[in-house]
Amino acid sequence: MKSHSIKDLEIIANDIREDIIKMLVEAGSGHSAGPLGLADIFTALYFDILKHNPEKPDWSERDILLLSNGHCVPVRYATMARAGYFERKELMTLRKLGSRLQGHPERQRLPGMENTSGPLGCGLSQAAGMSLAMRMDKISHRWIYVVMGDGEQDEGNIWEAAMLCSKYKLNNIIAITDRNNIQIDGPTESVMPLEDLHAKWEAFGWHVIEVNGNDIEAFIDATAMARAIVEKPVMIIAHTIPGKGVEYMEYDYRWHGMPPGNMDVPGDPPKAEQAKIALKELRTLGGKIKSEAHD
Amino acid sequence: MIDYRLLDIDGILTSEPIRKGFGRGLLAAGKMNPNVVAACADLTDSTQIGLFKKEFPDRYVEIGVAEQNLVTVGSGMAAMGKIPFVSSYAAFSPGRNWEQIRTTICLNNVPVKIVGSHAGVSVGPDGATHQMLEDIALMRVLPNMVVIAPADSVEAEKATVAMASDNRPNYLRLAREATPIFTTPETPFEIGKAYVYHEGTDVTIISTGTMTFQSLLAAKELKKHHISAEVIHMPTIKPFDGETVLASIKKTGAVVTVEEAQIVGGLGGAVAEFLGENHPVPMTRIGMKDRFGESGEMNQLFEFFGLTSKQIVMSSIYIKDKKK
Repeated sequence: MKSHSIKDLEIIANDIREDIIKMLVEAGSGHSAGPLGLADIFTALYFDILKHNPEKPDWSERDILLLSNGHCVPVRYATMARAGYFERKELMTLRKLGSRLQGHPERQRLPGMENTSGPLGCGLSQAAGMSLAMRMDKISHRWIYVVMGDGEQDEGNIWEAAMLCSKYKLNNIIAITDRNNIQIDGPTESVMPLEDLHAKWEAFGWHVIEVNGNDIEAFIDATAMARAIVEKPVMIIAHTIPGKGVEYMEYDYRWHGMPPGNMDVPGDPPKAEQAKIALKELRTLGGKIKSEAHD
Repeated sequence: MIDYRLLDIDGILTSEPIRKGFGRGLLAAGKMNPNVVAACADLTDSTQIGLFKKEFPDRYVEIGVAEQNLVTVGSGMAAMGKIPFVSSYAAFSPGRNWEQIRTTICLNNVPVKIVGSHAGVSVGPDGATHQMLEDIALMRVLPNMVVIAPADSVEAEKATVAMASDNRPNYLRLAREATPIFTTPETPFEIGKAYVYHEGTDVTIISTGTMTFQSLLAAKELKKHHISAEVIHMPTIKPFDGETVLASIKKTGAVVTVEEAQIVGGLGGAVAEFLGENHPVPMTRIGMKDRFGESGEMNQLFEFFGLTSKQIVMSSIYIKDKKK
């Protein structure tokens, strides 16, 4: 699916952000900051990087994308709809009874959803299992991408998986950490310091690449570099802005687990205005923060 | 459906750890189906997964002491079409990794086979930390999960082979110490079925795992007291074979359950739930009663916790007298 220019991809990412806001407002609950911050990465994955076919979600040659931090699934739903997995109007069923778009993703419900997640720290283990199964079947041409949160790296399970991937040199795994520095209770470095995250992953035997996760072109380049590394699994630490594109949400951990329009947040627009302002900013700024929007 | 050789339990029986049957069954399943794979958390020999590892090194993964990773890697393998058998001690798997089993195996509904060895107080000297008693309860509450506790090594072998062609998540409960082999290769086994091993009319004894042998000894003893006991062996605790249980209870009108596990949530819990809704009768449960085990030799512990044929006899007499 590599027929898009970077400019096109940036427009798509902004459309996805708008869909995320609309979905969350309609659902009345859900996470805002992470999905907005991940819109560029998911656009790059579905519209440029992944080998996949929305018409045949279980195509046996497809690359696999696992979402480990399941609470960020609105961005995946919105991106899958744009990519043609289902109609966009279904996005408005998010979190509602009978919907395929559960509050946290379920593999059994939606074709193309590769894993069930929400409880944190399990995506990398599943990737390892898939990679080992591929190796047993002598399949070496399929890539497994795992999007992980940074806060979820408090979970011990992740480091168990990190050791296993390294031990077996599972080089078709490309993990992506959404390094947005926030989690529910506050900044990651005050809840449970993760730094030096780069050095930690290296110490666990991984090749580490750092990139601006809101720069689509740079992110695509980083995944190309990652695929060229054969001796180790690769961790891309993608620095993103939580709440990207909505000024009052950006960098603010209070918007981790809340949709616009639910409650007044001190210093932010009143709840009745939150959704309107968010959509207006996204339309005028094209998904860029103010400082970027002028170039 | 009775194999009368089962009743010849007075002779000298060969004993073998139930887990040995799993080891042979997995090897056989591996030979039959190339998609059968295995992983273990640093307990290859004691869980008997080593036989498979030796024969199929490329289909075996050593996870290290990391039970959360063990089952979640299994989930990933199953998503790619494999049938992973993942083994550790029951105290650690499913003891430590219940949420990963719930989310990545049961909610995903993938055919991962969780093999918990060293379950029950029969683990012996290792003590309470290693005597897993809550595993039946933990696994039984999970939607999609099948729970199996074989009676001896011969049945464990059959159960393992059957699990390899079952497309659901399964839990297999195994014991450590050598216990008598009293079933034969011809004894029927099917996932989801309970079996009447001894027919009777006065009281029904329902047992699982290592306790079925004790229950058969009890039935023999009860005959001397002119009590006709029916023994139902229930190797599959979930799904629950209500038909077999109901047919027996309607005949006898009283029930004793026997297990080497917590009766709360265990086999006793399952039978009580079923009969409470369908056909309440006087009932008593033998098993662990809301307490932990402790160090000792297997037979000492069975005696200490009342997991013996003697206790089953006493409970059967007691419950028969409760009938109106």
